[in-house]
Amino acid sequence: MAENKKWMPRWFYQMASPRWSYEIMGKLMPWFAIPAAVLLVLGIAWALAFAPQDYQQGNSFRIIYIHVPSAILAQSCYMLMAVAGAIGLIWKMKVADMVAKSCAPIGATMAILALATGAIWGKPTWGSWWVWDARLTSMLILLFLYLGVIALHSAFESEATAAQATAVLALVGLVNIPIIKYSVEWWNTLHQPATFTLTERPAMPAEMWVPLLIMVIGFYCFFAVSLMMRTRNEIIHRERRASWVRELIEKQ
Amino acid sequence: MEICGNNTFLHSDGCCTGREFVYNEPLNYCVGHAALKYRNKPGFRLGVGVLSEPLLTVERLFCERDDRILFDNLSFDVKQGEVVQIEGQNGSGKTTLLRILSGLSRNFEGGIYWKGEPISDVAEDFRLSLLYFGHQPGVKAILTPEENLNWYAAMHPSSIDQSRIYDALEQVGLKGYEDVPCHMLSAGQNRRVSLARLYLSDAQLWILDEPFTAIDKRGVAEKEALIARHAENGGSVILTTHHELNMGDRVRRINLDKLAGTS
Amino acid sequence: MSEMLTKEPVRTGEQSIGGLFLAVLKRDLLLSYRRRSDLVNPLIFFLMVATLFPLGVSPEPDFLAQVAPGVVWVAALLATLLSMDSVFRSDYEDGTLEQTLLSPQPLFVVVLGKITAHWMLTGLPLAVLAPLLGVMLFLPEGGMGGLMLSLLLGTPTLSLVGAIGAALTVGLRKGGVLISLLVLPLYIPVLIFGTSAVQAAVTGLPLDGYIALLGAMLALGIGLAPLAVGAALRISVSG
Repeated sequence: MAENKKWMPRWFYQMASPRWSYEIMGKLMPWFAIPAAVLLVLGIAWALAFAPQDYQQGNSFRIIYIHVPSAILAQSCYMLMAVAGAIGLIWKMKVADMVAKSCAPIGATMAILALATGAIWGKPTWGSWWVWDARLTSMLILLFLYLGVIALHSAFESEATAAQATAVLALVGLVNIPIIKYSVEWWNTLHQPATFTLTERPAMPAEMWVPLLIMVIGFYCFFAVSLMMRTRNEIIHRERRASWVRELIEKQ
Repeated sequence: MEICGNNTFLHSDGCCTGREFVYNEPLNYCVGHAALKYRNKPGFRLGVGVLSEPLLTVERLFCERDDRILFDNLSFDVKQGEVVQIEGQNGSGKTTLLRILSGLSRNFEGGIYWKGEPISDVAEDFRLSLLYFGHQPGVKAILTPEENLNWYAAMHPSSIDQSRIYDALEQVGLKGYEDVPCHMLSAGQNRRVSLARLYLSDAQLWILDEPFTAIDKRGVAEKEALIARHAENGGSVILTTHHELNMGDRVRRINLDKLAGTS
Repeated sequence: MSEMLTKEPVRTGEQSIGGLFLAVLKRDLLLSYRRRSDLVNPLIFFLMVATLFPLGVSPEPDFLAQVAPGVVWVAALLATLLSMDSVFRSDYEDGTLEQTLLSPQPLFVVVLGKITAHWMLTGLPLAVLAPLLGVMLFLPEGGMGGLMLSLLLGTPTLSLVGAIGAALTVGLRKGGVLISLLVLPLYIPVLIFGTSAVQAAVTGLPLDGYIALLGAMLALGIGLAPLAVGAALRISVSG
């Protein structure tokens, strides 16, 4: 139990308190929401209006400003989900379970976004909506992994059991992701030697990658905000019978 | 160091050591939280009796199921030689409590200690000392009673041999049925196959969930005697039953309904 | 006072790990032997799925020869999945799983024994039966050895990974479909390297690399999957 072995920093154990987490997330949210809004508006404007055209693909390449950040986020979100799940499993920390639960739909949405933008981009580039490109295929499998986690979570009636079971599944998936990625890339080179890949590009000029970086950071901030909102929602829902939640509701 | 019993000394660390004669055999013993520290030392064995240390300690147990608090702040301990009967209405959480105590269910808050150590730290030791009899009998329908008990023996490394298995089957009245697949036996006979484990086991702690269901009157009396004998020998039993136990003041009752009412 | 008072839990007549493994294996094989009819079902399914392809796509020998490695592997994968749900289900339903979890024996070994039994009753017969499907699908003779070898090395990994899905869903009534959802994405690496091995064998390329990769995945599976299965079983029984 957590009380016996206090070898993690203090905030780690405070996080175990839903109320503390709820309040700290409430305080942190504006610090992410404002940068998210600023960075996303700035990044989009720069990317669409000011970044130079690609010499091969013209204007159609500009979709990478959505595609790449969502793809990166879909992957990091899975990692966060697995780590949060492991913390919930080891330290019996409810808030970690809630974070893991909140990660799944966000990550799945990001994976869908990456796949959709990839398809839209594929049409002018390859002439078809779908190509069995290594990255797109890996993203599709990642989406399947997310869907499995969501399906497993919804199959359990008890929240605690659901959280533990999905944590195990997410960890198994985490071990498998590198193997899947490697095998798919290897399979891809076997079947489609030397095709043009979407994101592996010759050195990008700064006018192109700086807005991309801004978009990636903006996406991360946006992700943090939506994760905190979902987690706060989850806390309120699960602690609905606790006195502090009642007081909170009565105040409003 | 002060004297805290007959020939017994209490050390500053809360540990008792002393010398006692059991069956005219001198025995160094120690009890208390440091007992485990001493138990492997030559000349020392874990002592119990007058200064009996609880086998199982439950501290501030909290469990909720489907938005309903089953028990909150439930604390008790089980000493050697004690029979603890968990009472309560249907749905009061008797089975849930037994599953938590056995280590099957982990959806609870609070502490459970086996001989003073958190149960998760001494899981193997605890499982060696536990016999759990649950709602499901744990009997494979397509195996014979003998094969079922053989499997149980394989999973519980102990001195169980073939003759003890035959003996146990005879005790529960299944002599002659050793080679009949369990799906051809009646429900009551299937329960008996499972109950035969009580005759086989060397476990100290028995956790029995409704052990008398589907057992005839004579069988119940026999099992009751068996439970009493186990307790006399220094074992402990935690059980639920709707049957009235005739064991006098050996039985301690914990009522979950009353607990829910007061909390 | 009797001797019970000072009795410590002692492991007498202790079995070795290998003895326990064999005991689990023997029991599960015996259980399956008593229900022989269930044994052939995955094999029949395996044959049927492979029959669908010529009927559904084309009976052209050249075409079939080309898709044969993939078809046999996909059929093997689905047949393994089909039988996966039953690995822990009957133990869960009659309470023997509870008793197993409460026993002092190492769960890792018990789980590994059960998975080995499952493989011996599905993966192994599938690998033995595979050349028959190879003939039906006009797989060149040179590929038969590669097909059997890749299945022999790949199907244990399928059983190991599938057991994680089975353990996670054993407490659920509608486990069957859910297992496929959870496990199929995890099967993809085995499928890729398995079919590639067969294709390499057909074209006469060396197999070592694929066999090494399949073996590495199997080793990883043996080391990690029983841990995940054990954790998942405790969670399922707890819930």
